[in-house]
Amino acid sequence: MSAEPLTPLSASTGRLPQGEEVKQNVASRQQRGKLWQASLLFSVFVGLLVLLLLAWNIVNDAFGGIAVQEAVEVEALTGGRELEELAQPELVAILEENLRSRVLRNLNREQPLAERDAENLIEVILFEIIKPEVVATFSLYDYLFNRAEIEAQLAQDFPRAELEFKSWLRWDFIVNPMSSNPIFAGVRTALLGTLWLLVLTILISFPLGLGAAIYLEEYQSDKIFDERKPVGRFFNRVIERSTSIISTNIYNLSGVPSIIYGMLGLAIFVRALEAFTSGSFFGANEGTTANGRTIISAALTMSLLVLPVVIISSQEAIKAVPSTLRQASLGLGATKWQTIWKIVLPNALPGILTGTILAISRAIGETAPLIVVGASTFIVTDPTSIFSKFTVLPIQIYNWTSRPQDEFRAIAAAAIITLLILLLSLNATAILLRNYLRSRRVS
Amino acid sequence: MADQLRVNSDPRAALAGDAVKQVDLRKRPRIGETIIQTILYACGFISIFTTIGIVYVLGQESLRFFASDEVSLVEFFTNTVWQPVIGEFGILPLVNSTMMVTIIALMVAIPLGLAMAIYMAEYASERVRAFLKPVIELLAGIPTVVYGFFALTFVTPWLREIFGRDVVQIYNVMSAGLVVGILITPIIATLSEDALSAVPSGLRQASLGLGATKWETAIRVVVPAAFSGIVAASIVAMSRAIGETMVVALAAGASPQFTFNPFLPAETMTGHIARISGGDLSYQTIDYNSIFAIGLVLFFMTLTLNIVSRMIVRRFREVYE
Amino acid sequence: MAMKAIDPQYTADTKYALEVRNVDIYYSAFRAVKNCSFGMERNKITALIGPSGCGKSTVLRSLNRMNDLIAGARTEGEVLYRGQNLYDPDIDAVQVRRSIGMVFQKANPFPKSIYDNIAYGPRVNGWKGSKAEMDELVERALRGAVLWDEVKDDLKKSGLAISGGQQQRLCIARALAVEPEVILMDEPCSALDPISTLKIEELMFELRQRYSIVIVTHNMQQAARASDNTVFFLMDKEDRAGQIVEYGPTEQIFQSPKDERTEQYISGRFG
Repeated sequence: MSAEPLTPLSASTGRLPQGEEVKQNVASRQQRGKLWQASLLFSVFVGLLVLLLLAWNIVNDAFGGIAVQEAVEVEALTGGRELEELAQPELVAILEENLRSRVLRNLNREQPLAERDAENLIEVILFEIIKPEVVATFSLYDYLFNRAEIEAQLAQDFPRAELEFKSWLRWDFIVNPMSSNPIFAGVRTALLGTLWLLVLTILISFPLGLGAAIYLEEYQSDKIFDERKPVGRFFNRVIERSTSIISTNIYNLSGVPSIIYGMLGLAIFVRALEAFTSGSFFGANEGTTANGRTIISAALTMSLLVLPVVIISSQEAIKAVPSTLRQASLGLGATKWQTIWKIVLPNALPGILTGTILAISRAIGETAPLIVVGASTFIVTDPTSIFSKFTVLPIQIYNWTSRPQDEFRAIAAAAIITLLILLLSLNATAILLRNYLRSRRVS
Repeated sequence: MADQLRVNSDPRAALAGDAVKQVDLRKRPRIGETIIQTILYACGFISIFTTIGIVYVLGQESLRFFASDEVSLVEFFTNTVWQPVIGEFGILPLVNSTMMVTIIALMVAIPLGLAMAIYMAEYASERVRAFLKPVIELLAGIPTVVYGFFALTFVTPWLREIFGRDVVQIYNVMSAGLVVGILITPIIATLSEDALSAVPSGLRQASLGLGATKWETAIRVVVPAAFSGIVAASIVAMSRAIGETMVVALAAGASPQFTFNPFLPAETMTGHIARISGGDLSYQTIDYNSIFAIGLVLFFMTLTLNIVSRMIVRRFREVYE
Repeated sequence: MAMKAIDPQYTADTKYALEVRNVDIYYSAFRAVKNCSFGMERNKITALIGPSGCGKSTVLRSLNRMNDLIAGARTEGEVLYRGQNLYDPDIDAVQVRRSIGMVFQKANPFPKSIYDNIAYGPRVNGWKGSKAEMDELVERALRGAVLWDEVKDDLKKSGLAISGGQQQRLCIARALAVEPEVILMDEPCSALDPISTLKIEELMFELRQRYSIVIVTHNMQQAARASDNTVFFLMDKEDRAGQIVEYGPTEQIFQSPKDERTEQYISGRFG
């Protein structure tokens, strides 16, 4: 192949667009950019949509219609009056008329009927005689928009049943204990368990996390032992090395799946330290203790779980305190701890508290580690001490969601709303607290 | 001399002063300070105990598991059947379904999260960002059990509606994977946004100055510059998906099957641990020990991913800081 | 005062409040300052001047061991105060800072009230006394820093809510409240307007009667008009370590410098 003559730049086969072409080129590129921007925006909307669907899905299940069918109608029992209008002896009479003798004997053994108050008797009548039964549950959507269809279906299957609106989330649901009948079931025990767990976890993880954060931020390079002696140098080196290991380790711990913490809690707190966590060592045996599967075991497990996050967020808050303030304090002859206690901590406190509450509120929604540690799924007694067995809201939600019946799904949704309200108010508290502390400092 | 120093004739002029002037600068032991420092150090050391505790507990129980006659290490990693009742302990079905959930989740979360991140970092105005950030935090703050409820009561019926009830089982990997994807999207979105925002604005200006459009700048200059940060974010999200328990426990089913069909039920590692330990578990049984062996595998998988992502982030920082 | 010195040598030599002997300062392996020797006369203002990076602030911070706070910083040589070497391993840095106070480049009042800012120093140093006595101490410190008349009505106001110049005088008042013997000032006027600067300079002359003052400044006019002695630092081009070029009475340094480099610097030809 002979050498070709060098062609001038403008005549080479590769060239930039010229004249009119430029306009077209830019226009088409701009258009492509617009399209992509639209698709980015679309993704953002998908995110929002999911949030809305999630909310709707919960509301749709937590409210809706139920068809209730009673074994015996109230009017038939009382002759047209309401139960609440009847006097105590009349209620007793109804019970004695309608219940078999064996059931009556049992009831009397618990507490003689004559000694019971009206409220209790009505409860017994409802439970033993009227036996309201939810024969069908409908979602909010169906209840509102497919009314005709539902009613036709009901008329065919349960002619005696009445369709009524039902808010599964109501005051009774909050204050009632657990029950195997979804109509009567409430989250009282679980809510109390969650609150116990919340308080204990804060009490354990806040001081430990703050302490570790202060050490890592303020004492990291401090030398405790005498540098002039070889032994002192050796120990200083050991501490220095371990401190840097601690820092890396905290980051790695924050990525460990929560269920692994559950297994740690199971093996250490529930089993190995059973004597302490069951309370038997302290002589606290209330009969409700389930081996080591107690609130304190759960709180210790949760504390280990949130500790890395509490430490990291506290470190951030401490780091944000300007070093000029530290220098000013030290320059006045304050000791290190005086400087930390009087200058650094008061200034870092808003950030530390917010970080801690946010971390712990996330832990309060955790379920997996508590399943492993052994939260009970069915208990009706309120927790009374740190050695009580317990259940928490997420565990109840998990338990109810995994049952096939619609009613349980509905109370699961109601429990979710309860949990979300709790979490939102925790977060709001954190934000208000931070704002309050900030405003108080700068005034 | 003294008079010269005390201009103020007030006899209490040097209230604090008198003490100082006689000062002996020599060290005196501050026992209080040392005690405090020691206590604080001990607080930090708890994290080491936690790690040692995890490794020890998982290791010891796993050792018991492998020491029993029913199982060998080779069988554990190669057998495709996990049925403790008949003494079959192959972890592959559990790992397989975990990976299926994770891959489906990443297929949802990477495009969605990355798109959100690019939009927030390159396009959104301050006001839009001020609205979107809390929304993403809200998504990230919802308890996982709620996502599990969502998977089982919304996504699954919807999938069955679309693909047919015979094709999609009530418990299936697809539904769990999709919802885990939603759950990890905020992680990818926030971490990637951090990485994108850290790209120096000089690079953007250089690209725009050459006549590139905003989109071309974003996709050809900013994203490649932040690429390692985005990869690190995805790895963190992946580790989170692997360790996610509640969604799979509720939506993916309770039978350890070795299958690649995402519409069939299949139990993941975490799901299995949750199911076994949720029942009435008696200690010192092979079932009890087996979950610790699974836990050990899970721990090392997530630990490796976290370490890798941190290494990537560190290298990324070196480039731009 | 000063009759109860610990070291008998000290009373024999009262000329210097602080004396630096053969000091080298390192940041890790890098030697930032070398061969530094000079004295700071009692009840005089000593100015440390020189172009940026010459190590003058580093030297100042070594005078009350503030350099200890920087990881990897190390000081060799002696800094003598009352006959004691501040860098002797037996010396306690907290004690040192209590006697040798410091005012920083940027005013750094605590986010507390003006009153609490002043009271902080005495309180951490174990001050015992009644509320009334503390009030008096606060007033005296604020008067000492010529700030009293401006803030006496709002002592409860945040220390951050006053002007920059007032903040800096608050920081000086805060340092006075622990009754130090020496006050170190690290470019205290660099962030202030000319009027505030003038006030601080007047204040320094006031304070000189009771305290010994060491000031770092990059403003030569300030050094010329507001100091008694001047130390001129310059970075050695070879090893980038700061060193003293010339040291003497301010008048002499500014009017008849012995070293050519000093002359170049004060006449503004480099730096």
